[in-house]
Amino acid sequence: MTTASESLPPPSISTGPIAWVRERLFSSPLNTVLTVLSVWLILMALPPFIEWALIKSSFTAATSQECRAGGGACWAFIGQKYRLILFGLYPYEEQWRPLIAAILLVAMIVASCMPRFWNVSLPIIWVGGLIVVAILMWGGVFGLRYVENTLWGGLPLTLILATFGIAIAFPFGIVLALGRRSRMPAIKTLCIMYIELIRGVPLISMLFMSSVMLPLFLPEGFSIDKLLRAQIAIILFAAAYIAEVVRGGLQAIPKGQYEGADSLGLSYGQKMRLVILPQALKIVIPPLVNLFIAAFKDTSLVVIIGIYDLMQSAKVSLTDPAWRGFSIEVYIFISIIYFLFCYSMSKYSQNLEKRLATGHKR
Amino acid sequence: MAVPIIELQKVNKWYGEFHVLRNINLNVARGERIVVCGPSGSGKSTMIRCINRLEEHQQGHIIVDGTELTNDIKNIDAIRREVGMVFQHFNLFPHLTVLENLTLGPIWVLKKPKAEAEATAMKYLERVRIPEQAKKYPGQLSGGQQQRVAIARSLCMNPKIMLFDEPTSALDPEMVKEVLDVMVGLAEEGGMTMICVTHEMGFARKVANRVIFMDRGEIIEQNTPEEFFSNPQNERTQLFLSQILH
Repeated sequence: MTTASESLPPPSISTGPIAWVRERLFSSPLNTVLTVLSVWLILMALPPFIEWALIKSSFTAATSQECRAGGGACWAFIGQKYRLILFGLYPYEEQWRPLIAAILLVAMIVASCMPRFWNVSLPIIWVGGLIVVAILMWGGVFGLRYVENTLWGGLPLTLILATFGIAIAFPFGIVLALGRRSRMPAIKTLCIMYIELIRGVPLISMLFMSSVMLPLFLPEGFSIDKLLRAQIAIILFAAAYIAEVVRGGLQAIPKGQYEGADSLGLSYGQKMRLVILPQALKIVIPPLVNLFIAAFKDTSLVVIIGIYDLMQSAKVSLTDPAWRGFSIEVYIFISIIYFLFCYSMSKYSQNLEKRLATGHKR
Repeated sequence: MAVPIIELQKVNKWYGEFHVLRNINLNVARGERIVVCGPSGSGKSTMIRCINRLEEHQQGHIIVDGTELTNDIKNIDAIRREVGMVFQHFNLFPHLTVLENLTLGPIWVLKKPKAEAEATAMKYLERVRIPEQAKKYPGQLSGGQQQRVAIARSLCMNPKIMLFDEPTSALDPEMVKEVLDVMVGLAEEGGMTMICVTHEMGFARKVANRVIFMDRGEIIEQNTPEEFFSNPQNERTQLFLSQILH
């Protein structure tokens, strides 16, 4: 027998819930204090919230007085106002149209996330889908009443702004990132100036500029729709940030990958599309999704130029004199909506990272 | 002598102040197998990297199979299609499977149909003796296997010239032989012009038509392997050989 075959016993492991608790929660004095403190905080905060939100709350009250009597949350208010919150000023009897449009948009986004649609059918789905969305939102054909886009609002508007914002800013940001690393000085300078300029300005000021300043520079009688201007401002803004994140990914790719692609005779475009970007983008999925989530929430800033997105229509719902003082309920309601979308993005990105991780596995 | 497939005429290159290639003149005949050796920093890698324009020369002429390397992107692409390169660190694409690595060039550069590219890829994978790894990712292979995939990837482009830039230097010792065996097989088959930067003197003796010794950016000496190893002329060559052949 050689000594090598006489292996040591495995390290003693303690299992079971008691061992787990002792090891994880009470392993040191500091840990014990933190555990006690955390439990105390939870006990302080949670029961009153549950009491307010669930036990004493009212889901069915018909008037605000009745609702207030319980002393808890007034979810009945949401029941009264959810159509205003979700669809803004869109004509009441036509609100099935933005509803279908929003569902369609979400469905298209979900489909885009599934690898089984990653082929030629995806652009067809989008072109077709967007035409349907446009017809539903604007109307004016097929006997649908024409609805001006100043009347659009709520969730569909937020989804439209975020979808186009991200979908257009992403490729634009990639182009900017490649431009910033270009060897051609003119392109490089232009991209650097663009990125630095946009990054140095708050989105709010860009939205203001787009609505106040832009018309000054445009020829007389020529105007761009307010919603379109806001959309462009969001795209331009997000693209600058995306460009910098993508550039970070590009810099992480070793020189050998460029040389390997060059030695095969791939053109610049092929090299970037087939070899460099797939690897670079995979590296930057976490910060990219961070930006996408931020862009989604930042669409709420369009309120300052008078566009009725989800946030603004929620605020409008609070102005009804018959139902005063239920702002907490409304903000919780729209927060949940925002959260659902943002958390889905986050979850999907984690999923994507795992699926794409095979390449670097050793 | 027939028209050489590679001509380097008075090639000079600088990295800033550092003169890395000094007046390099080299003619390589079609089908010739050349081993380039020399101390580190002598410019041997830089020289072969100039041949497919991974590095740019600043003076002189480089003519590959009748096409001169200039800034013209068409010439560069034409030459890269004819010249395969194997790197010290393999430079496989980690996000693609072995098979996808092999078919990328043929499909996108040579515009071959996918099925045909895959058939060719499998043929070369068999030749480097790892057809069973086709569906794996490079990160799942050993260094020696990765380098063999890299050789197969270059061969799939059906090049006239193969450049090897220290192909065994990054490998664990026990994997050097499997890569050299593949290279010897390729050399013995004949027809392929090969330039190999390596310190594997056994390989040089076995397959090279000519051994070139470089030092400080210059070609100091070149000769047949027999003469080169048994009767080195230059002092620096003698010193170098005494250091690597213990």
